Amino acid sequence: MAQRTKEIANFADAVRDIPDGSVIAFGGFAYPGTPFNLIQALADQGAKNLTLVANSTGGAAQPRLPDIGLLVERGQVRKVICAFTAATRASDVLPFTKYYESGEVDAELVPQGTLAERLRAAGAGIPAFYTPTAVGTELAEGRETRMFNGREYLIEYALPVDFAFVSAIRADTMGNLQYRRSQRNFNPVMAMAANLTIAEVEQDILPAGAIDPDEVHTSGIFVQRVVKIPPAPIGIWPGKRAPRAGAKS
Amino acid sequence: MSGMTIASPGGLGRQQIADRLAQAFEDGWIVNLGVGMPTLCSNTPIGDRGIIYHAENGVIGYGGVLADGEEDLHLVNAGGQHVSLNPGAAIVNHADSFAIIRSGRIDVTVLGIYEVAANGDFANWKVAGAKGGGIGGAMDLAACAKRVFVILEHTTRDGKPRLLRHCALPVTARGVVTLVATNLGLFEPAGEAFRLREIAPGVTVDQIRAATGAEVIVAENLQVIQVLAG
Repeated sequence: MAQRTKEIANFADAVRDIPDGSVIAFGGFAYPGTPFNLIQALADQGAKNLTLVANSTGGAAQPRLPDIGLLVERGQVRKVICAFTAATRASDVLPFTKYYESGEVDAELVPQGTLAERLRAAGAGIPAFYTPTAVGTELAEGRETRMFNGREYLIEYALPVDFAFVSAIRADTMGNLQYRRSQRNFNPVMAMAANLTIAEVEQDILPAGAIDPDEVHTSGIFVQRVVKIPPAPIGIWPGKRAPRAGAKS
Repeated sequence: MSGMTIASPGGLGRQQIADRLAQAFEDGWIVNLGVGMPTLCSNTPIGDRGIIYHAENGVIGYGGVLADGEEDLHLVNAGGQHVSLNPGAAIVNHADSFAIIRSGRIDVTVLGIYEVAANGDFANWKVAGAKGGGIGGAMDLAACAKRVFVILEHTTRDGKPRLLRHCALPVTARGVVTLVATNLGLFEPAGEAFRLREIAPGVTVDQIRAATGAEVIVAENLQVIQVLAG
């Protein structure tokens, strides 16, 4: 039997069936690997009461791009699980911070490596693990720790998600993905952690066999839908990141 | 680039602080640079010493920040800056990047911070009164790198000390910092005091003591920091 293609014609179709209350992971670290087109489509689709998993809460990009901050601003989000609810530079203010500080949106702040490993664990069939990260900090208060070889470790639980939105340079109709440079970041582990992964892809979707098997970064087993990003202005193609206002370096 | 800023009565400029710290890297080290001032270390010309810069987003073997028009839009360092790749660079995913960190393969992490204490505790994720913060990869790095160097302005904008006897802010990790570079000098946390190893040109020990929230012990062989020529 011939394989059905995983290619979806457009972003609206790719996100149409995402229900209210879903838990969705979003790849990306700064611009590279961020699924801006899928986020815009989800904002237009309007699903509500969402839990988002991402490295950061967005909003720092100028001019603004549809990062997950857009979903927060549109009232679609209940909670964000992330490594930043505020900027690292105390004088920078992220748009998300006011939603969190006022209690409008909940957040779970997770060290970045722990976030990546919780996703990987979920995708690898491992329910929990121990890490030395965050031991002795406010994040470890009241939580289970255990000694191994004389060192204290903190328990962390797998983080399975309903959907992952990822961004890649290239895909085939089987859903096999390739990333370019730092586009890779969280995308492979988020695809692993999800029940259903949707990838936005920069280049034309290739026929099965066109990507060398040795060069596949994420197996199509982890990917259910792929969508080619159309040319601008319909498709969203981030340009160069503008320097931060007042940046001294 | 190095040497572009001139040492002021306030001590070293941002790039000069980074330059001093970069010279503390040993041959062949794998070095992780955090967001902010630490990223300036990869601009320092330290020669061919086999140092590999690791960024938490899985970029291994990057070089300096690229000029306008030369950027690769798919490639950023931990600070979101577009950087070059050195020969032999590699890209891994986030879980593998933090596997490298957690398994102790990073020789040193350089972190930008809010406060450091004489006992080696430091704080860089949450400011006073905030509900949340920005942890990023700092807790993983601080807990697992072989060494933690920190880089910061010696005082806050209001002139309050940031080198303290004890951290006032919630800590990122405890007892891990071994080297502190500020605009005024190079210090080692020594338990109950900071040991001043090197002093910035034009700065006095009294000036440092007045700007520090813990005792300062002056090293016997105190050196003046050599500012790199441009």
